[in-house]
Amino acid sequence: MKYLYSLAIGILVGAVLFVLGLYYNPFSAQTAVSPLAVTTDQVIDLSFSGVPNEGILYTDHGESVVSPYPDRVSELWEPAVVKTSVWVTEFQVGRGEATGIGVKFITESEKTRLINGEALANSVWHVYLPGQGTFLVDQTENYWSYIREVVIPARVSSGDNWLGAFHGVMTNGPGSLGTGRVTGGSGKFTNLESEAVESLSARGYSSVTGPVSMTRNLTIALSSAKAE
Amino acid sequence: MRRLFKTFIFGIVLGAFGAGALVYFVPAVDLHRERSLISVQPNGGNLEKFRINLPRDRILVGLPGVDDSIPAGLDWPGAEFLGDMQAEVFKVRDENSAVVGVASRLASSSEETGPFIEWVVHLPARGTMYVQMELTPAADGVRNGVLRSGTREFEPLHGNVREQFVLAAEDDDVQGRIVLETALVGTLGDEE
Repeated sequence: MKYLYSLAIGILVGAVLFVLGLYYNPFSAQTAVSPLAVTTDQVIDLSFSGVPNEGILYTDHGESVVSPYPDRVSELWEPAVVKTSVWVTEFQVGRGEATGIGVKFITESEKTRLINGEALANSVWHVYLPGQGTFLVDQTENYWSYIREVVIPARVSSGDNWLGAFHGVMTNGPGSLGTGRVTGGSGKFTNLESEAVESLSARGYSSVTGPVSMTRNLTIALSSAKAE
Repeated sequence: MRRLFKTFIFGIVLGAFGAGALVYFVPAVDLHRERSLISVQPNGGNLEKFRINLPRDRILVGLPGVDDSIPAGLDWPGAEFLGDMQAEVFKVRDENSAVVGVASRLASSSEETGPFIEWVVHLPARGTMYVQMELTPAADGVRNGVLRSGTREFEPLHGNVREQFVLAAEDDDVQGRIVLETALVGTLGDEE
């Protein structure tokens, strides 16, 4: 019997060691520097609040840490969309000047592999910039660094919150350099084929209410001129 | 005592490998899929119909008049900032009326950007379609458009999309429907 107890405790310790190895794996760190930081192309840098109730609308299945906003928004509880969330937000440039609006659809990705340090999501932005035009951004995002450095520490904290400084590039594809893909729609973006990167800077997170202080940036490279 | 320690070490190895196998082989995310209701056209390509039941499937309606926006309490920027741009976000259903995705529709007649009507249809388990519609509907009320680009399943496809508003029958539990009909064909078909 004592051998059985010994084996069971060993299995438990082994599993815990594996989880700790996964969590502290130094090789799964994400870059904090945008691949577009060194581009010589003109870029548009759109920033927006990462706190859902500071945007225009946020909704998901309704059972997550983050509450849908506004209160009476329809929730995505149907099986096919239960792992999808919708953001609608206002973009700002420079010193907080409103410049456009974006609708973002985010779905957890089946390509998620925690063993590789990948908590992936497929997301698309439908963007309208008044006076400029519209475009689509499609990207794969990796939230593993954010979960590891912000969400889990907040959850294990006795105060259910995290305060600190986190900055990470969320976009990791489908472009070979880890960039998202931009498809122009109308206005000056007509026929644009380009790249984009989304990054996230967090200063406060609550495991009860979600992001408390967070800014996100969507950087668009205007690498290809209007090709008509 | 030594055998007991060896059993413990064996347990650690077993636990570590077991946890590793579990993480590696069991998918962390398993998306629900509705059966795709696709019919093949005689001249090639796949035909698929999506519908949006109104007003039930509306998630957001942002109109130039701020007071008209949905849902209640929405802080919509309004005409001063967005001009006459209209934004709508919906749930999207298949022909069996099962919700299969979400979609956004942006429309504007702004001269600065050029007038546009666009759809982004996001089907979580399949991919996303970015569709540009013609500004003027045909005489039968159908508005035609083209697939500008797609992701994942829709990436290699191109083709046409039709949009039509259909009033519901009196005994129906909805006021009306937006019907989106896609007729898409793969690039491989063109090369053959």
